[in-house]
Amino acid sequence: MRLATNDVAGLAGVADDTHLVELLRAGDEQTFVELTDRYHSVMLRLANVYVRDRAVAQDVVQDTWLRVLRGLDRFEARSRLKTWIFQILVNTARTRAVREKRTIPMSALGDPVVADSVESAIEPERFLPVDAPRWPGHWTSLPPGWGAAPEERLLSGEVRSLIHAAIDSLPPSQRQVVTLRDSEGWTTEDVCNILQITETNQRVLLHRGRSRVRRALERYLTGT
Amino acid sequence: MSIPDELSCRELVELVTDYLENALPLAERVRFEEHLPACPGCQTYLEQMRQTIDVLGRVTEESLEPAARDQLLDLFRNWKRGDRAN
Repeated sequence: MRLATNDVAGLAGVADDTHLVELLRAGDEQTFVELTDRYHSVMLRLANVYVRDRAVAQDVVQDTWLRVLRGLDRFEARSRLKTWIFQILVNTARTRAVREKRTIPMSALGDPVVADSVESAIEPERFLPVDAPRWPGHWTSLPPGWGAAPEERLLSGEVRSLIHAAIDSLPPSQRQVVTLRDSEGWTTEDVCNILQITETNQRVLLHRGRSRVRRALERYLTGT
Repeated sequence: MSIPDELSCRELVELVTDYLENALPLAERVRFEEHLPACPGCQTYLEQMRQTIDVLGRVTEESLEPAARDQLLDLFRNWKRGDRAN
């Protein structure tokens, strides 16, 4: 099941959020089931970025739901339910990560200093040097095409596994952004709010993550 | 093709996400769009990035396992009985 976008029927808008919170407060089980169906998997994936152990990540998500329920009275109508839930998740996961001590440094997640580091979308040797007499900085040889009917090939089970593996091998901060933006369809604003990063950093991480996934697809589809 | 302020392919590939996110300043956007028609390599690259994004959007999310769902329901019912009353 995919979370798709913010437009998910019934989960959009402040008025709907207020209504959902009222239902939860009233103990409506169906509402809780729908929310967990919608968010649980991506919460688990996000928690897994902070705590690598899957069982611990599951624990974090459970803990998050409990905090959500216990905090319902503090939910303010002007914030969005999704954003609120995921803020609780990220806080819970960070706290747990510190306790577990077996995690990536916080700096790699909360406040990535992306602007200082360099990572090319494409290996530099695939371009002519910038001081080349002719065609400086242009392709040495054109990127190979992805063959006939790429759309069909891209939907195969093999490619899905490849994409999953490619996402899993991304650095954590890139993995978060690519997952939320491209796989879950979140808006830039939501991603920046939850992860507390600037739009510029978000774009850099998105670009690097997508570029790595594209490269993995290229290797698979063209053998280069 | 060697006009000084012309975008090179090497520069273009790094701007693709900003371009797709509508985050390029107008002048950069113009340079980007002027480069493309004459450059099959960058057209291919841009198309492959679009396809990559498309495939990333089709990665299906694992559904909630019955065991996890049951645990969550327990959690909810416990909260309903106990916590909420406090």
